[in-house]
Amino acid sequence: MLYAVLCYSQEAAVESWSKAKEEDLMHRLSVVQEKLVADGQLGPHGRLMPTTAATTLRIGRELALVDGPFAETKEQLLGFYLLDCETFDEALEAARKLARERESGALEIRPLRHFVPGKTLG
Amino acid sequence: MNDPAWIDAALAAARPQAVAALLRYFRDLDVAEEAFQDACLRALTRWSEQGPPRDPAAWLILVGRNCALDGLRRKARFEVLTDAPPEDPVDEGEDELVDRLDGSHFRDDVLRLLFVCAHPSLPPAQQVALALRVVSGLSVKEIARAFLVSESAMEQRITRAKRAVRDAQVPFESPGAGERAERIAAVAAMIYLVFNEGYSASGGEEHVRVALCDEAVRLARLLLRLFVGESELQGLLALLLLHHARAAARVDADGNLVLLENQDRSLWDREAIAEGLAMVDKLLRAGPVGPYGLQAAIAAVHVRAPDAKATDWASIDRLYAALETVQPSPVVTLNRAVAVAKLRGAEAALALVDPLRERLASYFHFHGVRGALLLELERRDEARLAFGQAIALAHTPAEAAHIRMHLDRLGGLD
Repeated sequence: MLYAVLCYSQEAAVESWSKAKEEDLMHRLSVVQEKLVADGQLGPHGRLMPTTAATTLRIGRELALVDGPFAETKEQLLGFYLLDCETFDEALEAARKLARERESGALEIRPLRHFVPGKTLG
Repeated sequence: MNDPAWIDAALAAARPQAVAALLRYFRDLDVAEEAFQDACLRALTRWSEQGPPRDPAAWLILVGRNCALDGLRRKARFEVLTDAPPEDPVDEGEDELVDRLDGSHFRDDVLRLLFVCAHPSLPPAQQVALALRVVSGLSVKEIARAFLVSESAMEQRITRAKRAVRDAQVPFESPGAGERAERIAAVAAMIYLVFNEGYSASGGEEHVRVALCDEAVRLARLLLRLFVGESELQGLLALLLLHHARAAARVDADGNLVLLENQDRSLWDREAIAEGLAMVDKLLRAGPVGPYGLQAAIAAVHVRAPDAKATDWASIDRLYAALETVQPSPVVTLNRAVAVAKLRGAEAALALVDPLRERLASYFHFHGVRGALLLELERRDEARLAFGQAIALAHTPAEAAHIRMHLDRLGGLD
């Protein structure tokens, strides 16, 4: 069985960390992550850029491009994709293709700050 | 939660929102600050025992409000009340408050607090000092060190600024769309000032200046998160990120300024650059780009080049030309001239620069750029004169040292 673990926290608090605290935490996490990869449990993982770097594709009768992160509370997170694209335009085009088949909801496009491929899953 | 530093980070993160809400209750900066201070003291003991509340800002607002009301009551009645601390917010109270904090109310609170600090009646130095004190929560001592003034002088500056904004009476009603846009623009300009204070190396210790740049980035993020669609706020954040990313390469081991073209690009902060570039991509796609966005786009062209020689000067020239249209200024034209020099030679660039003489006579970079162009054209005596004028106008030893290097190559000052 594959499990997704989704990380939530307050962006403003994370931004207020000192550099030393941030580095310390990231180091401690990477130790655990590497161990989990070695154990064959952890696949691709990464850290997202802040929500201020996000763009949202709203799905309705037409696709609407909205600046900023997905901010509604009446919808739930149901899935995710990882895209590997040269440019933002390419990523947007790929997201449009994925959005066209859907009837509602939204796709938030957010660049990754950091990525580790981890174990090949499946 | 074995690390007490999380409380400091949580308090720092909650500060703008909490002080902003307290300012709305009490309509006085000093009372709001003091209420927040009291709430922080209580948080230090309470949170380390019980862990963080669900919404730290809401907790601080409620406790701060209770503390201040208590104090005001005590003063009003001239009677000594029991010294029992105010009640902590019960869970229902917190939930209710969190609900009320959602949405535009909270946005306008924080915007008002920032706008009070960026009030047009305040001179720039007072704006920066007030924002660093009230919004960022830096101590007077820290701010004094950043500005290279004594603590008492800084204390006075902040007191004067507070008095001025009290007299200015910023209205507490939610602003209309036009008023809101004006406030956002004033606040963006103030955040840019904070950044420049840290960036322009006008003196002070390195780590103090970096702290100011970090703080400006944090404020820009805060504001952008509140007003997500504002393209100029995106431009501002991208601009600050892309400049700040080069900080480690801007000054060499001896404290000398290193020009962009000579910087060791491996020292640049790649994470900050990636974020800045992602935002510029988004901006350029979305349509009309304002002054901050254009400057960010220019910075993006620079950092995209693997080395200085590979810089896409044609794009930079085009972007500066666009900037000249939306925000005409002799400094913009001077910057454009640098791109023109790379594209079409020093002669063409000098033709852009010379007409600016009157307006930029007291501007360090005008004489520096002009000297470099003259040098390239082998007009050595004129170059020497221009560099001499630049040195006389240098703000920092690093700036002066940089020009002196040119002069050395020309064979000295005389």
